Amino acid sequence: MHIDLTLVGQMIAFGLLVWFVHKVLLGPMQTMLSARQKRIADGLAAGERGKHELELAHQRAAEVLRTAKATAERIVTEAERHRARVIEEAGAQAKAEGERWLAAARAEFDQEVRRTKEGLRAQVGRLALAGAEKILRQEVDRTVHAKLLAQLESSL
Amino acid sequence: MSKSAARSGQGVVEYMQHHLTNLCAGACDPRTHHATGFLSVHVDTLFFAALAAVAFMLIAWRVRRALDPDSPGTLQNIVEMVVEFVSKQVEDTVPGASPVIASLALTLLIWVWFMNLFDLLPIDLVPWLGGLIGIHYVRPVPTSDINTGLGLSLTVFALILYYNIKVKGLFGYLKQFLFHPFGRFLIPVNIVMSLIEELSKPLSLALRLFGNMFAGELVFMLIALIGGAAAVGLGLLIWLPAQIALDLAWEIFHLLVVSLQAFIFMVLTIVYLGMAHTGE
Repeated sequence: MHIDLTLVGQMIAFGLLVWFVHKVLLGPMQTMLSARQKRIADGLAAGERGKHELELAHQRAAEVLRTAKATAERIVTEAERHRARVIEEAGAQAKAEGERWLAAARAEFDQEVRRTKEGLRAQVGRLALAGAEKILRQEVDRTVHAKLLAQLESSL
Repeated sequence: MSKSAARSGQGVVEYMQHHLTNLCAGACDPRTHHATGFLSVHVDTLFFAALAAVAFMLIAWRVRRALDPDSPGTLQNIVEMVVEFVSKQVEDTVPGASPVIASLALTLLIWVWFMNLFDLLPIDLVPWLGGLIGIHYVRPVPTSDINTGLGLSLTVFALILYYNIKVKGLFGYLKQFLFHPFGRFLIPVNIVMSLIEELSKPLSLALRLFGNMFAGELVFMLIALIGGAAAVGLGLLIWLPAQIALDLAWEIFHLLVVSLQAFIFMVLTIVYLGMAHTGE
């Protein structure tokens, strides 16, 4: 254990070495390490953000899908109802039309029947008159019995 | 390993004294080769300390040159690991510390470790190599020279004083001497206690490192003497394997001691500097 100038030499060497290590190794390395740490943290944050955004997009997509489905369902229901109404309306219309046709046909038929009856009546009248005339030409004076004849004709 | 002692026919004491003598330059005793005063230099200590420092600087420089944040090489990975480890120690103990403290701690850890590692070289190898080029006294482990431990710890002590005064102010630091640890009624006792407390920091740092490395060296010498004492003859058949086995065991154990001492030196330095940063 001899303490001598070696002590001073070691102190100087130590100081110089610390300075060298600080300048060459630790300073640059810590700068690099903190830069790297920051980059990793940034990357992780970006990843987290991306994940979050993806989740949001998923939610939005589901929302849109749900709305679309609801709309489609509403449209289908609407169409269904519309169809039923159309069918019903068409049925009612057809029925009314049919009835109208039927009524018209019946009316025409009645009219025809009446007209025919009328014609027939007139004809029968005329025929009867002609017959009567023919008979009466023999026995009745047309002018004398005109009143009677008209009475007869109207009661036919 | 023990051949030099046996060959030269010197006694055990002489062998060990020879191994414990530094290469002295300046004011040295011509007979014992020990320093006689302060004005001498242990050339071997300085040389091997510088060698360790240069090795560390080379590594630092190589890593710096190829510093790549994206694809670090093996060396950079190892250095990064150590740097992060040390930085974390410093950050945990001295929050908001100056980055110089991390550099100081890293330098202590690696430099002391490298210097300690010379202890794992065969005990007779370096003196023998020195003998080949005409240097007769070489101690290759700078940390088993008290000058190294004390040089480091006094530098640390200077920083402890600096940070104490910087953080607490000169008056605040002196107040600590007056009123710590027993309050205002035992000021004389406080001064003595605080002085002992402060001075024991650099002393214990230096002596712990020195003691461990010196003792390690001594044990290596004793192991080396086993075969040497047997000299030539049939005894060597028993003692040489014993020496090899013991040497291996102590090498492995010492690998732990060497690393642990470097680590302890660093941690205590950080703790002391942390204490300098906090009040009371």
